[in-house]
Amino acid sequence: MAEATSTAIKPVKRASSGRPNTLALLLNNTLATAGLVVFGLIVLIALAAPLLPLPDPDVTAPANRLFRPLTEGHLLGTDALGRDILSRLIWGTRVSLLVGISATLIAAFFGSLIGLVAGYAGGRVDTLLMRGIDMVMAFPYILLALAIVAVLGPGLLNALYAIAVVNIPFFARNIRGIALGLSRREFVDAARLSGKSNAQILFIEVLPNVLPVIIITMSTTIGWMILETAGLSFLGLGAQPPQADLGSMLGDGRKILFTAPHVSIIPGLMIFALVMSINLLGDGVRDVLDPRLKSGALTRPVARTAVTRENAPQDMTPVAGAILDVRGLKTEFRFGGQVYKAVGGVDMAVRRGECLGIVGESGSGKSVSAMSIMGLVPTPPGSITGGVALLKGEDLFAASDERIRQLRGSAVSHVFQDPLSTLHPLFTVGDQLVEAIQAHDPVSKTQAREKAIDLLTMVRIPNPAERLKSYPHELSGGMRQRVCIAMALAHDAQIIIADEPTTALDVTVQAQVLSLMNTLRKEHDAGILFITHDFGVVSAICDRVAVMYAGQFVETGTTEEILSAPAHPYTAKLIDCVPVLGQPDRRLDAIEGRPPVVNNLPVGCAFAARCPRAQEDCRAAPIPLTEFGEGRTVRCIHPLTGETTDV
Amino acid sequence: MSAYIAKRLLAAIPVLFGLTIIVFLIMAMIPGDPATAILGSYATPENVERLTRQLGLDKPLWQQYFIWLGNMLQGDFGRSYTLNRPVIDEVLERFSATLILAGTSLLLCSVFGLIAGVVSAVRQYSWVDKTVTFVVLVGISVPSFWLGLLLILVFAVNLKWFPASGMYAIYGGGDLPDLLKHLFLPAITLAVVATGVIARLTRTAMLEVLRQDFIRTARAKGVTENKVIYKHAFKAALVTVIPVIGIQAGFVLGGAVYIETVFQWPGIGSMLVKAISTRDLLLVQGGVLVVAAAYVLFNLAADVVQTILDPRLR
Repeated sequence: MAEATSTAIKPVKRASSGRPNTLALLLNNTLATAGLVVFGLIVLIALAAPLLPLPDPDVTAPANRLFRPLTEGHLLGTDALGRDILSRLIWGTRVSLLVGISATLIAAFFGSLIGLVAGYAGGRVDTLLMRGIDMVMAFPYILLALAIVAVLGPGLLNALYAIAVVNIPFFARNIRGIALGLSRREFVDAARLSGKSNAQILFIEVLPNVLPVIIITMSTTIGWMILETAGLSFLGLGAQPPQADLGSMLGDGRKILFTAPHVSIIPGLMIFALVMSINLLGDGVRDVLDPRLKSGALTRPVARTAVTRENAPQDMTPVAGAILDVRGLKTEFRFGGQVYKAVGGVDMAVRRGECLGIVGESGSGKSVSAMSIMGLVPTPPGSITGGVALLKGEDLFAASDERIRQLRGSAVSHVFQDPLSTLHPLFTVGDQLVEAIQAHDPVSKTQAREKAIDLLTMVRIPNPAERLKSYPHELSGGMRQRVCIAMALAHDAQIIIADEPTTALDVTVQAQVLSLMNTLRKEHDAGILFITHDFGVVSAICDRVAVMYAGQFVETGTTEEILSAPAHPYTAKLIDCVPVLGQPDRRLDAIEGRPPVVNNLPVGCAFAARCPRAQEDCRAAPIPLTEFGEGRTVRCIHPLTGETTDV
Repeated sequence: MSAYIAKRLLAAIPVLFGLTIIVFLIMAMIPGDPATAILGSYATPENVERLTRQLGLDKPLWQQYFIWLGNMLQGDFGRSYTLNRPVIDEVLERFSATLILAGTSLLLCSVFGLIAGVVSAVRQYSWVDKTVTFVVLVGISVPSFWLGLLLILVFAVNLKWFPASGMYAIYGGGDLPDLLKHLFLPAITLAVVATGVIARLTRTAMLEVLRQDFIRTARAKGVTENKVIYKHAFKAALVTVIPVIGIQAGFVLGGAVYIETVFQWPGIGSMLVKAISTRDLLLVQGGVLVVAAAYVLFNLAADVVQTILDPRLR
C-alpha cells in the first residue's frame, strides 16, 4: 500500500525507460573511447617518428616518383618527387599536431588572460576588452587569419599566429563569463579583505577555478585549429617547402589529383582521422559533463503518457451520476533504475456541475493524478501502471491516441498554472484560440475568429476583438489566465481539469478568476477537477475535497465537513496553515518535517513520521481508506473525529 | 518593428567601423615600408614617395586611419598592382560570384540542417537519430578542401556528372543550367560543415522546446501531434536557430576561400589566395573588408528575421 510522492511539478529528472538511454550512453562512450584510442595512437606514432625505421621524408628520388600505395618499400607509395609518403605523413602529422597544439596554447593563454582580467576587473576595463573581442568576432573567422598571413607573409609560424589570434575570442568570452561570476563570490571577498593584491587573487584564487573551463574550451577548439592551420598550408600560405605538414602535402598532391589521387587523399584522410578522433573525444567528455544530458532534460516526451497497466480492472460500471470516474490510478516515474510511485492508487469521481478539489503539498502527487487522466504526464519518465479512468463509461487508458486527441480540449479541457509559460509566446492569443476551436470543429477561420471573440467576452475580457491580436507577453497575468479559461471552454467541456490555475496570480486577480470559474461552471454545467495547495481557494470554489499525501488520498468529504471537522491529522495541520482566508503568504510547509521520500516509503502510514498522534500500530501495516459517513473517508486508524478511546 | 530594424541598422554602423579599425591595424603591421609593400618590389622611388604622401604615412597612426577611411568612404580602395585595375572593380566583380556560391550553400545548410535536426529530435534515440548524429560529426570533422577533392574525383573525373571546376563552361556555356551544373559540387562541399552545426543545434533546440509548458497546452487542446511538432515546437526552436544561421554565414563566407580554390570558382576567396601569394596587399584589404561587411549584413538579416518571428523582441 504505502506509496509515494515524487517530484510532481517537475517530473523531469532523468531520462528513463532505462534501456535506450543506457544504450545511447554506452554508444557515446564507445565512440569516445574509439576517439581516444585513435587520437592516442596518432600522437604516439608522431612522437615516435625519429625512432621509427622511416626513410628521410625530404629525400627526393625522381626515378621513384608517383609509386602507388602498397609498392615494395613504400607502403603508401611516393609523391611527385619520389619521396616516401608514409614517412612524410608521419613527419607531417608531427608538424600539424605541434602547430595545432601550439596555436591552442597561445590562444588559450591570451584569451584566458583577457577573459580573466575583463571578468575580474569588470566595469570599464571589461567593456573595453569585450568590445575589442566583439569586433574580432565580427569577422568571418578564416578571413581574419588570411589578412594576418597576408601582412606577415606566408609561413608556418605566421599561420600559427594567425590561427591563434582568431581563436582568442572563444577563450576570452568563455572565461570572462566564469570569472565574472567568481569575482562576486565570498572567497574572493575574503582574499581581498586579507590584503592580497589583485594579481594574487586573480592567479591564486580565481584561476584554479576557471582552469576546467579553459581545458574544455581547448578540447573543443583544438580540432578546429588543426583543421584551419592545415587549411592555410593547403592554400600555400602555411608550411613552405621543404617543410611539410598535412595541409601542404594535400596542397601539393592536389596538382596531380587526376593522375595520382593517393598523394592528396592520404594526408587528407589523416587530417580527417585526427580531427574526428578529437571531436569524438570532446563530445564524449561534453556528454558526460553536460548536466542537461545527465538530468534527461533533453529527452523528448511523447504525445501521450504510456499506459503499462497489467490488466484493466473488471468492474467498469461508473459511479452513479459521475462523468469522470477514476479508480485505482497508479502513475510512476522511472529515473536511473529508481521507481518513484507518484500516484499510488487513487479513486475519484466528478459529477456534472460539481467541483472536486484535490489538496496537498507540492510533491504529493495531485498534479500527476490530474495530468494522468488525459495522458499529459511526460513519458519518459512517467507511465500509468494501473487503474482506470472512465469518461462517461469510456476507459480512457484503453482509448486510441486519436480518440484521446479528440477528447482533449473538447470533452475534457485543461487550465494550467502559469499562464505565461503555458501560452505559446510566438503566436497571438487569437491564433491560439482559433487553433483550439478548429482542432475539434471544422469551421472557417472567420467563424472561428467570431467564436473566439465570444469566448473572450464570456471570460469578461474587454475589447475582445483587439485582444485577439495581442501576444501573451502583452497581457497581464489575470488576462492570460482568462484567455486560458476561454480556451478551455471552446468546446463546451464536460470536465475541466484545473491545475493550480490561480497559484501564479496575485490575490485580487485570484479572487476574480475563481469567481469567474465558479460562474462559468454553473452556466455550462461542467465538472471541475481543481488542484490546489490552498485551502482558502478550496473553500471558495470546491464542493468536495480530497486531501492527498504521498501519492494517496488520506481524506475525502464535502468542503464544509472537511473544513469544519477534519478527520485526518494531516488535513487538520493543513487547515491550521491557513490562518485567515485571503492572506497571500500562507505557506503549507509550516508542518514540521518533510513528506516521505518518493521512492522509499514506509510500510505503514506515510504521515506517521510527522504526525503528533502516531502510535506503534500506525507504522506496522498499510492503513486502508475507511468510510465513516456519507461520502466521507479517511486513511487513519486514530482519526480526529469521533474520538473515543485513544489520545 | 520598423523602429527596431532601424535601431539594428544603426547598431551595425559601429561594428562596421570596428571592422575598418581592425583591418587598418593589421595593415599597419606590414613589416618594412608599407608603400613599397603595396606597390610591389619593382616600384619606382617616385611612385613610392607619392603613395607615402597620399596615404599620409609620414603622419601619426590615427591620422593615417582617417585618411585611409576617407579614401574608402569615397570608394577609393586603391589600385591593384598585379591586375593594374582599381581594387573596388575587381572585388565587386569577384564578390558576385562568391555571393552566388555562399548564398546557395547557406540555403542548403539551413534547409538540410533544420530538417536533419528536427528529424533527429523527433525520432530521438532511434537509428535515424544515431545516424544523423554520426554523420553530423563526420561533417564537422572533415576538411572541406579535401572533401572537395574527393567529390571532384568521384563525380567529375569518374562519373563525369559535373564539371570539375569553374563557374561556366568555357565554350557555349553561360546560361543558368550551366551555372547550376558548375555550382552543384562546390555549393554542397561548402555547406557540409555548416549543415552539421545547424543540425546539432536544431536537435537540441527542439528537444528543449518539446519539454516546455506551452507544448503541453497545445496537446491539451487536442492539436494533432504533427502540428505540435512542426508548428508549435518548430517555430519556437527556429527562434534560437536563426542567429546561429547568421553566424554560420561567416563560416560559409570564410570556407569559400578553400572551396573556391579547390573548384577554381572565380570568387573573392580564390582572388584573396592569389593576392596573398603575390603580395597584392590592397587587393587583400579590399576583399577582406567587403566580405566582412557582407557578414555583418548577413547577421543583421538574421536579427531581423528573428524579430519578425519573436514578438517579444520587438
